[in-house]
Amino acid sequence: MKKTLFTQIGAGKGFYGLLAGLGAVILVGMLSVYHMEHNGHWVTGMTNQIVWGMPHVFAIFLIVAASGALNVASIGSVFGKKMYKPLAPLSGLLAITLLLGGLTILVLDLGRPDRLIVAMTHYNFKSIFAWNIILYNGFLGLVAVYLWTMMEKRMNRYTPVAGFFAFIWRLILTTGTGSIFGFLVARQGYDAAIMAPMFIVMSFSFGLAIFLLVLMATYKCTERPLGDAMVKRLKNLLGVFIAGVLYFVATMHLTNLYATEHHGVERFILMDGGIYTTLFWFGYFVLGTLAPLALLYHPATGKSRSMIGLASALVVLGGFALVYVIVIGGQAYPLVMFPGYEITSSFDGGVNSAFYAYSPTIYEVLLGFAGVAITLAMTTVAVKNLRFLPESLADADVDPH
Amino acid sequence: MSDSKHTDQARRDFLNNSAKLAAGVTLASGVMLYGVAHARPAEQPATSEVRWGMLVDTNKCAKGCDACVTGCENENGWGQGSNDEQKSNANQKAQWIRKVELRNTATGHVHSLPMMCQHCETPPCVDVCPTGASMKRADGIVLVDKHICIGCRYCMMACPYKARSFVHEALEDQRAHAPRGKGTVEACTFCVHKLDAGEGTTACAEACNTEGHKAIIVGDLKDPNSEIAQAVAEYATTQVRADLGLNTGMRYRGI
Repeated sequence: MKKTLFTQIGAGKGFYGLLAGLGAVILVGMLSVYHMEHNGHWVTGMTNQIVWGMPHVFAIFLIVAASGALNVASIGSVFGKKMYKPLAPLSGLLAITLLLGGLTILVLDLGRPDRLIVAMTHYNFKSIFAWNIILYNGFLGLVAVYLWTMMEKRMNRYTPVAGFFAFIWRLILTTGTGSIFGFLVARQGYDAAIMAPMFIVMSFSFGLAIFLLVLMATYKCTERPLGDAMVKRLKNLLGVFIAGVLYFVATMHLTNLYATEHHGVERFILMDGGIYTTLFWFGYFVLGTLAPLALLYHPATGKSRSMIGLASALVVLGGFALVYVIVIGGQAYPLVMFPGYEITSSFDGGVNSAFYAYSPTIYEVLLGFAGVAITLAMTTVAVKNLRFLPESLADADVDPH
Repeated sequence: MSDSKHTDQARRDFLNNSAKLAAGVTLASGVMLYGVAHARPAEQPATSEVRWGMLVDTNKCAKGCDACVTGCENENGWGQGSNDEQKSNANQKAQWIRKVELRNTATGHVHSLPMMCQHCETPPCVDVCPTGASMKRADGIVLVDKHICIGCRYCMMACPYKARSFVHEALEDQRAHAPRGKGTVEACTFCVHKLDAGEGTTACAEACNTEGHKAIIVGDLKDPNSEIAQAVAEYATTQVRADLGLNTGMRYRGI
């Protein structure tokens, strides 16, 4: 077995073209941010009812995916699977860039982004948000150290230790992200301890899907060999993760369906919720779960690179739909303040509003795309300048164990 | 040199005249004199020996009447009490207090009540706030420190009463005692400026009394001689979403 050789990618027209494209998306996103922050949030679709909107869907999706992207490295270092070791640097890199992309969106959507320093200097330790600030920064630091132990030969012997701590940290981090919602006792759509482990399994699935897409695209564009054995191993793992997410989503809804108290919100999400119902069943369940499972495991499509790529892309889209349903759908269902009463309030323009409406404006969407572009641009620049990628992942060059 | 002397003299005159004017106004108004006697000095912190509370008798609260809302708007400078928030839509405009009509789906019985910050003893908004901008005073009043609010809106996600509003645009027309700001979160302050000045009541309660409904009683729940403490001891009262165990300072009768 040859030793894995890591090298930078070359910088051709494709490289600069990609960076220019991503730069344009980032620029447009920053102009949107300026517009939003200059005018105030009235230019967005967000309201006093739907207080977290499209930017938060993008941000939470990226942050969840970030911790999941580290999984490939963890399987190598922590669980000793040799086949995954050559993939570990890219896995760590994506974990960092996805997190930074997500956090950028989150920070730029704040009502007062200029006060970010306040968030760093004033901590309320009972707030899960304050913990998350520490968890995110700690994650970035730990993964950076982990990458250093991998990429600096003299430090290689510390890789398993660094990998172990990064793995534990990422589990806590995603628990924190899930708990942002799980701890909201007053909201019918949230307030469930299962949200923490559910977010962890979601991160496995979304993170691996993004990893697969980036890996296949990079190796295709740089014309480096990527063997079928590696792709097959990863796509089978993705299938397991997709099923895992389905298990948690099903368990959460079935638990709620058992309790009469929660029938209202379940009816809303699963039957009467309009866009949320469509996104849940068609977006998440059919397109994001059944279709990729079929594509990955069916003998006719399971060996095709493009079909595996399509399945991964569907997992990303389905995951996005699921996060949308959780974040926005959970707010669109009104708080139950007076059980047994029908409520009319002047808060909603005097209308007897059954559910709260939300339609995102273009500025929110552009900010979200900018976050994705920041992730991809940072990844591209990093693999160009540092030795993240193995020269070859051909079947003959990777240890199948 | 002569300039600064001149300025000093002018300042002295101004302070002198202001003091006379203030003394005149204070002495001219019996209510004010009474108020100042009970006001808490600025350097003295709020004390936990007081728990401000409010009791709403929904049997007296008139359907269709929104005097408490307009009273709050005019006192605190939001809604019709301000020329701001012209760009925000109905769901984006601030709403510190709102009238809610409840119709019992089984019996058809309708009642009406004001909803606002319930000033919980253990407020979820304070728990989740990352910077500590959401805070509770020792006397039970829940407030937002506008200087350290970063506008993340997590408190709005956590509030069981939908009592908080986010300011969606720049503001200019404000009251000195109720500062507001674009990109920060705000809610009912329990008219903290009036209580600290010793007025012992809130704008909503005053407006309700002016209308003759007298549905709102404000007072110290810990003072056994206060009207509110005696009322909650005598009658059955309810906390909205008492199941959450938040021990709200707001109590309702008749729901």
